[in-house]
Amino acid sequence: MASESTITKTPAEESTQAEHTRSGFYYRPNVDIIEHPEELVVLADVPGASPDGIDVNFEDGMLTIHAKVPPRHEDVEFLVGEYGVGDFWRTFHVAETVDAGKISAEYADGVLTLHMPKAEAAKPRKIAVKA
Amino acid sequence: MVLRSWRPMNQLAQLRREMDRLIAGWVPDGLEWPWTGMLRSQPAVNVWETPESIFVELEVPGLKSDQLDISVVGDQLSVKIERPEPTEQDVTYHRRERPVGSFLRVVQLPAEVDANRVEAELQHGVLTIQLPKAEAAKPRKIQVTSTS
Repeated sequence: MASESTITKTPAEESTQAEHTRSGFYYRPNVDIIEHPEELVVLADVPGASPDGIDVNFEDGMLTIHAKVPPRHEDVEFLVGEYGVGDFWRTFHVAETVDAGKISAEYADGVLTLHMPKAEAAKPRKIAVKA
Repeated sequence: MVLRSWRPMNQLAQLRREMDRLIAGWVPDGLEWPWTGMLRSQPAVNVWETPESIFVELEVPGLKSDQLDISVVGDQLSVKIERPEPTEQDVTYHRRERPVGSFLRVVQLPAEVDANRVEAELQHGVLTIQLPKAEAAKPRKIQVTSTS
């Protein structure tokens, strides 16, 4: 059966903090979160999002990604419809101490990349052992 | 009324999506739905048609056009995707959900197409393939002549 399966989009989790002002269905982007010694890198798949419709917010240790996806096919009847199109939304608690002022984001080919440099205090330090 | 061939796999896929949606509601944040790895073997497609063409769309975020191989044989469209494994050293993955590796998706098209005029466009991680229908497969208006 595994060979018959398709990559599915997961609906975004119900947000308990706030309600969206725009009604509609939200999807949860697939992410990779990679920790480097100096920074955290977040890669989020948000295919179809336009670069100016991506909102990244970091507040109180909460990282929120919201990517608006304009509808691509209205008035279309699908012969095969395996996924829906809608905005992407996902929130993370970031445990690492991140230097919020230095977070940078770029967007290419439907992938949002966030670089979150660690605050000085959280960087690993090599301790020299004296003989 | 729309007459359409019965596609059992479609209905299965639909059912599974519904199940995923239900289960995603129960699973606490941070826990992975254990079958996610299995579900990640092929990219999903949307297919629709106009009188002139068939359109096939796939979401392939992060893919460059040279990692993509599209071919049409008869009424079968094959899309092969090659995503290299990341080779970074000295890093820790906290989440690893984005698909890697190679995927092949074969789509059975509902009509004969003109393979020479197939066009594909990759924009913001969405691949749209336009397959113009072969002349014989286009809808034709039938003139009715009255003899009385």
